[in-house]
Amino acid sequence: MNPTLIEEIVTDEPNPTPAAALTGYARRLRGTLLGAPAAFLLTIVAALLAVLPIVYLAGSDPATAYRALAHGSLGNQNAIAETLIQATPLLLGGLAVATAFHAGLFNIGVEGQLVVGGLCSAVVGIHAPLPGILHLAASVAAGMAGGALWAAIPALLKAHRGVHEVVTTIMMNYLAFSLSRYLVASDGPLASTTQPSATDRVTDSARFALIWTPTRLHAGFLLALLVTALMTWYLYRTPAGFRLRITGANPTTARFHGINTRRVTVRAMLLSGALAGLAGAVEVLGLYGRYYDSFSPGYGYDAIAVALLGQLVPFGTLVAALFFGILRAGSVELAATTGISREMIGVVSALVIGFVAVQPAVARLLARVLRRTR
Amino acid sequence: MNDLLTMAVVVSALHLAVPLIYPALGGLISERSGVMNIGLEGMMLVGAFTGTAFAYATGSPWLGLLAALAGGLLAGALLAVLCVTLRADQVVAATAINLLGAGLTAAFVPIVWNVDGTSPPVHKLTAWTVPLLADLPGIGVIFSSLTALDYGAFLAALAVWWVLFRTDAGLRLRACGESPEAADSAGVPVLRTRFLAVTMSGAFAAAGGVYLSLVSIGLFQASMTQGRGYLALAAMIFGKWRVWPALLACLLFGLADAVQLRLQIASTLFPSELLLALPYLLALLALATFVGRASAPAAVGRPFART
Repeated sequence: MNPTLIEEIVTDEPNPTPAAALTGYARRLRGTLLGAPAAFLLTIVAALLAVLPIVYLAGSDPATAYRALAHGSLGNQNAIAETLIQATPLLLGGLAVATAFHAGLFNIGVEGQLVVGGLCSAVVGIHAPLPGILHLAASVAAGMAGGALWAAIPALLKAHRGVHEVVTTIMMNYLAFSLSRYLVASDGPLASTTQPSATDRVTDSARFALIWTPTRLHAGFLLALLVTALMTWYLYRTPAGFRLRITGANPTTARFHGINTRRVTVRAMLLSGALAGLAGAVEVLGLYGRYYDSFSPGYGYDAIAVALLGQLVPFGTLVAALFFGILRAGSVELAATTGISREMIGVVSALVIGFVAVQPAVARLLARVLRRTR
Repeated sequence: MNDLLTMAVVVSALHLAVPLIYPALGGLISERSGVMNIGLEGMMLVGAFTGTAFAYATGSPWLGLLAALAGGLLAGALLAVLCVTLRADQVVAATAINLLGAGLTAAFVPIVWNVDGTSPPVHKLTAWTVPLLADLPGIGVIFSSLTALDYGAFLAALAVWWVLFRTDAGLRLRACGESPEAADSAGVPVLRTRFLAVTMSGAFAAAGGVYLSLVSIGLFQASMTQGRGYLALAAMIFGKWRVWPALLACLLFGLADAVQLRLQIASTLFPSELLLALPYLLALLALATFVGRASAPAAVGRPFART
């Protein structure tokens, strides 16, 4: 469980996998004083500066835009609650991406897993005749199972046939969207008679309680915080988490030490899918009370940015999810007052991912300059 | 149901295959040089958008096509800077390109056209009737319904095959993808070769994207590529990183798409929402059954740096 042990093993490897290079970089960052928060802030500032052209092109100016964004996300009780509501699926999705990443897997299928998770939790939430908290627990479990199921096919293909998970998880995304559209289409098997493109309402016993009335903030947010703590424990304090990280850091070493890397790969992907499914379940059981087709505005893709900005650790993912929660919540007022498209969030996500990807190069460059000046 | 394989379906299959063939060729060039290109989807959107915007501004779809290719080169060069020059994780960097392509093009629609989501219609590239061939009985209809961009896809496949597998430059490019260290010690400029290959792949992906906007429907729509960049990638993998098998895989996916469209009209047996998933399902099955780890270029995904 010694963190320097992984460090040694990774640096032993002449050609670390790219994912290992990035996780290794994040680990070294955390080893330095203030390195992690500095990298976090610089990434955000760079991304927000880089979207300035869009702000101007949309006929607005930065001051107005940032004021609208801040007011829409933090200006009053309701705005703060909306920020936390938006951060909830981003946090769970971010944990899903980060967990897979630690095992050397890039799960772009979070969006599809979230959709299937939401669907499964809605079905159990509507139909299962269970009392009280049991009903909620069963619905949440169904959501996690649905997400894990959707990740199982890419997981098995990766572990046993060596098919790269990126293409397969994307294909699973499109299959999930089709399935969802079909199930809640006007004559679909799960369609509600009163609400278009949605299922019926989930029974009250399967709903998350509201925790900050009069806002919509629900107990799903607290569950997400609990899961964040659990994932920290799992990844860094259990043998299973150690095996997962060692497999991602250096699969060859892991195999030489008797770790069944195939099994670890499959388990990591299932866990990642379950977390994504939980994100969907929380939205359905907490926020909406029913499954809406395309309820997710792309949480699964933003989750990649959340995990990378959070330097792939659960606590960092929480902070990053709050940042993107602010963006998502504030974008409504931003669009209304300045006309800046809400697609801007997707651009910020992309920029954050890009900037995180080049950080090791920037760090290398800095180190070289420092060496030369010394 | 019995008229599933009419000439209309064949033509429609070709129309649906071409926007896969271009990005598949682009992916092939990039991956053969050692850079995994998952960013095809975003580059396609860049091509589709710039093509439509310039066709709208100039009134000429041909200028739109040129602009799309230029936009694709830019997007490709951006990925090359990230992956080749800065040695970023190729999958992560390409994901950034995909989200950037999707986000930027969607955000620019209201800026350029003052509407959300969909551009107004623009002039399409018109079909070119081949003299004599178009008069043939039966298959003649094919030669009166294809555009220059359709023929271009097959010519491009021939050109890519020729350059990659029949010229010295192609051998050097493939060497960079199999063993960059060996290529480097033989005097091949690995970084420059990879940079060019990735940049070129952007233009190919953009050609596929602009086909959708200026041939298929004549306008731009946010995220109109619908995963075709990834389907093209699946076709390329299914084709084991070879030109002709990849081309066949694209035609197969195109045919599946054409058949499902036909089924939507001809039969109420299957719900259309599920039929739409057919190409993705086929791609998944193709990846599951046929792929072999050994056929990928040995160094794909691994950044190269002289030590």
